[in-house]
Amino acid sequence: MSERVMSTDGRRVLSVRDLTVEFPGDGDTALRAVDGVSFDLAAGGALGIVGESGSGKSTTALALLGLHRHSSARVSGEILLGEDDVNALDDESVRRLRGRRIAMIFQDPMSALDPYYRIGDQISEVYRTHTGAGRRAAWAKAVQVLDRVGIPDAARRARARPHEFSGGMRQRALIAMALACEPQILVADEPTSALDVTVQAQILDLIDELRTETGMALLLVTHDLGVVSRSVERVLVMRDGRAVEQGPVGEVLKAPAEPYTRALLDAVPRLDGPGREPRAPGEPLLTVTGLTREFRQPGGGLRREVLRAVGDVSLDVRRGETLGVVGESGSGKTTLARMIVRLLEPTHGSIVFAGQDITRLPERGMRAVRRDLQMVFQDPVSSLNPRRTVGDSIADPLRVQGTGDREALRTARDLMERVGLDASRHDRYPHEFSGGQRQRMGIARALSLRPKLLVCDEPVSALDVSTQAQILELLGDLQEEYDLTIVFVSHDLAVVRQVSDRVAVMHDGELVELADAADLYASPRHEYTRTLLAAVLAPV
Amino acid sequence: MTRYLLRRFASTVVLLVVMVAFVYVIFYALPSDPAVLVCGKGCGGGQLAAIDHKLGLDQPEYLQFWHFLEGIFVGRDYSSGPDVSHCAAPCLGFSFQNDQPVLSLIGQRLPVSLSLTFGAMVLWLLIGVSAGVLSALRAGRFTDRVVTAVSVLAFGAPIFVSGLLLLMLFCGYLHWLDFPVYVPFTEDPAAWAKNLLLPWFTLAIAQSAIYARLTRSGMLETLSEDHIRTLRAYGLRERRVVGRHALRGTLTPVITITAYDFGYVLVGAMLTETLFGLPGLGQLIVQSSNNVDIPVVAGLTLVAGAAIVVANTAADLLYAVIDRRVVLA
Amino acid sequence: MTAELITEAGAAPEAPAHGRQVRRRLYADRMAMAGLVVAVLMLVAALIAPLLIHLEGQDATAYHPELLDSARGGVPRGSFGGASGAHWLGVEPTTGRDLFARALGGARISFLVAFGTLIVQILLGVGVGLAAGLGGKVADAFLGRLIDLAISFPQLIFAIALLAIVPGTFPRPLLLMMVIGLFGWGGTARLVRGQVLSLKTRDYVSAARLSGASRARIAVYEILPGVSAPLVTYAALLLPSNMISEAGLSFLGVGVRPPASSWGQMLSTATTWFQADPTYVLVPGLLLLLNVLAFTLLADGLRTALDPKAPSLRGGRR
Repeated sequence: MSERVMSTDGRRVLSVRDLTVEFPGDGDTALRAVDGVSFDLAAGGALGIVGESGSGKSTTALALLGLHRHSSARVSGEILLGEDDVNALDDESVRRLRGRRIAMIFQDPMSALDPYYRIGDQISEVYRTHTGAGRRAAWAKAVQVLDRVGIPDAARRARARPHEFSGGMRQRALIAMALACEPQILVADEPTSALDVTVQAQILDLIDELRTETGMALLLVTHDLGVVSRSVERVLVMRDGRAVEQGPVGEVLKAPAEPYTRALLDAVPRLDGPGREPRAPGEPLLTVTGLTREFRQPGGGLRREVLRAVGDVSLDVRRGETLGVVGESGSGKTTLARMIVRLLEPTHGSIVFAGQDITRLPERGMRAVRRDLQMVFQDPVSSLNPRRTVGDSIADPLRVQGTGDREALRTARDLMERVGLDASRHDRYPHEFSGGQRQRMGIARALSLRPKLLVCDEPVSALDVSTQAQILELLGDLQEEYDLTIVFVSHDLAVVRQVSDRVAVMHDGELVELADAADLYASPRHEYTRTLLAAVLAPV
Repeated sequence: MTRYLLRRFASTVVLLVVMVAFVYVIFYALPSDPAVLVCGKGCGGGQLAAIDHKLGLDQPEYLQFWHFLEGIFVGRDYSSGPDVSHCAAPCLGFSFQNDQPVLSLIGQRLPVSLSLTFGAMVLWLLIGVSAGVLSALRAGRFTDRVVTAVSVLAFGAPIFVSGLLLLMLFCGYLHWLDFPVYVPFTEDPAAWAKNLLLPWFTLAIAQSAIYARLTRSGMLETLSEDHIRTLRAYGLRERRVVGRHALRGTLTPVITITAYDFGYVLVGAMLTETLFGLPGLGQLIVQSSNNVDIPVVAGLTLVAGAAIVVANTAADLLYAVIDRRVVLA
Repeated sequence: MTAELITEAGAAPEAPAHGRQVRRRLYADRMAMAGLVVAVLMLVAALIAPLLIHLEGQDATAYHPELLDSARGGVPRGSFGGASGAHWLGVEPTTGRDLFARALGGARISFLVAFGTLIVQILLGVGVGLAAGLGGKVADAFLGRLIDLAISFPQLIFAIALLAIVPGTFPRPLLLMMVIGLFGWGGTARLVRGQVLSLKTRDYVSAARLSGASRARIAVYEILPGVSAPLVTYAALLLPSNMISEAGLSFLGVGVRPPASSWGQMLSTATTWFQADPTYVLVPGLLLLLNVLAFTLLADGLRTALDPKAPSLRGGRR
């Protein structure tokens, strides 16, 4: 349904009609990444485009600046920027538009700036290109916009190169570059997806402020319904290249007209959604005490700096429960998970599993313990051997532990069925499957030995929200069926709340708070937990 | 930085000692008698013994090796009966063949090798880098195909084949040039250049192919990076995107390899020098190896290793200056 | 230091190519197919060389002074280096030996040394590379240094020195294989080590460790298959490079010794004849060039077929 709504004050800065982008495929087939999408953006307004991966939302954003030119893509339809049709202008005119009238910021701030030049130089270069200003004036402008986006000591920091900035700072620098020529429209393509939740909140605040101050319009492309509801007035939902639904953000997210939007919204885990039924606490299955892991920093001879990835963490995991472990990047949560399954040796501390101290158990002794202690990995691409069939990958743990080949393969096929895969495809290779399917295989492999404890390291963070919901549901069912105890590591507080009985919060390698899920989310005791919770965005 | 240089220096010394030891092992583990080489077939036992003594060949091998190292750092004395000749540090000994100090043999030939290497390097950088950039900017189109086809051909042609073909064409068939004879730059710069034209191009053809490939793939890779998309999204002119931003990322590995190649070609252009009869270091290596002239081979090995390591270190330093993200360790 | 920048294959492709697919892509690659045809023809000619020479009715060592013009310093009589029905490619100046027979002899040497050397390089390179990648920290530190050393060594200098000193009684082709191989395994080792180290960090290797699999099992099932594809393409590129090395050493006079013939050695004597008898230069020169090119194109086609995303020597097909 392509409802066409004129902007409220009638003045549009951007008007897109029947935008279609095709990429040539094999032979005569063409992949239609964007299929007849139309929308308007009012002066000073904010439109969000949401969709899962492959929905065509980023392709749409790139088309607005004519960035598909000189690639294999075929773009048709109208992109009216004021009076100018970006799709019909010559290259030079489009070049003049870019950065001056319509500016763009990108998802990965790590790679979006040229590593070889000073940040101030890169911003001045853009400013000079469009205004013809002198070096001095351009530098002054660069310092001014850097200061405006909240880079402390901007005059000095303008001389830094991108690698000297943190992720959040780089995104600020990119926003500063966008501000330099005071464009009418800012296109933001997943501007906060690569950032931690607290940094995300700061960046979104900054974009808000700048909008009110300069009156520029915002086109925000994201997969995150929470970000959309927080930052825009109108929203366009995309799926498989088509516009599913559009309208004011409150209406669409509160009362979606389309089933797809409804399903998308239902799949999003919420901080105020239903948590787990509280259950009777069992006896500890795993006890870690004073667990510490230090890494030697590379370089520097004898006086090497030691980085403490995990410092003095002590906790119990009780039989039958799910313990959630949350933290931002660099909090040490993954290091902790890897130590628990003995993929990493702890520097200090002890791990007692099922009454046995396994901290320094040699690999030979570990073999029997391995049966009970398995892991599900984050990256569905690297967690399966691309050169082994999926059936073999799932059956391998059984073979290693001495099950006969035929028996192992039969179990593998049963497990594939159990996790929702077609068992007849057991002789295929991983690249023929989607990310969600691969994650199911990873789970099947971890379950093949019928472990007691399953450590899941960010098992759903590489997946789209609807796939994520399915995998979470599967894990919940399997926990009942296989009588599993689960350690669930994630950066996503809402997901953790949904699956956990108790939650541990980690910050800078330390355990800052550990409590029952309901208590922790209702009344966080630690300052950092409160900051984290405050930064979480919910749709609506 | 200082720490890096110290470490680098230490590892260089170790590498060089290992290389020289290797030369000694090779030459002494195998049956051959240097004294016979020095004296000629007609010498008797007494003469041979005297020569052995003068050269120190009557001492155990490890002592000979030690004296060789000693000579480099503090100099050493050679005695044959009553006369003692002192060889000041750095002493690489004397050639078995003609009794000349190895260092002066190397000194005589260094200008030739430098002339050859330097000129060829300018050529291969010019040809290779511009062909590579052109090819990347026209990726998949006609120009690209021509450049890549030519570079596969040039890459596959051994130096002595392409050199001979050039000789045939320019000296034998067109008669534009005479067979090259080395003329020192100080004597006649024009003749120097004219005579080196063919060797320069011969060397440069093979090298340009490598540099064109390297530049092309580097350029394509850089052009596909996110920050290039950012620059385009901000309306920078394509000339500037390519010339200032993409080229910088591309040239970094090219510079590293240039420094390395300079060191290697300086001492290792044996094929070119042999083919064109240029009296450079490469030709000296071939000749002295064939004559089992151990001191010369050992000395040359040392110089070769040093040249390569120094060039490598220079490349690393340069790299760190160009790309500030690199931490020297 | 340079080698890997130029020749090292990229990381393992995400979607590995399987037999049928690789063959299909290779068949579709015209340049690679041309390379394959030439390479196979050369190989077959070298294999049945005695038969072909017998067919021509000549042999590689017989002198034919009657075919030479002694007034002009021993240049073959007639045009094109004295080519005729009896001597298909003419004869050598000063000796009058049959050029066709000698060129075929050169082809045999070229293939023999190139393949033999490859075996030495693969054995040493894979052995050291695997040991470095799979062994502990100490093994890797030591072997890693050794690989660096092997790569930064001025190999040709040592090869020449070594070849010059070994007594003439030692079989030359075998010696060439050993010497070129001994100084040329560093690149293979570095490739294998790098690949192993990168594969070791994949989650599927962690998963195998978690199942209690032994080191040997992990090496065989999880790591080796990922090393093989880049190794095959690298090995294919080593072949033409070995041919050039053999020809180069023979050109410098330290390779194959008379009466055996080699293209490099023929070219070395041809240096003085390029004006009087161009055929003498062209026959071994073009044969060598053709053979090296054929194998290079084939290797590059193989690399593209195994991993379409890897940068190609020819490129431009993205």
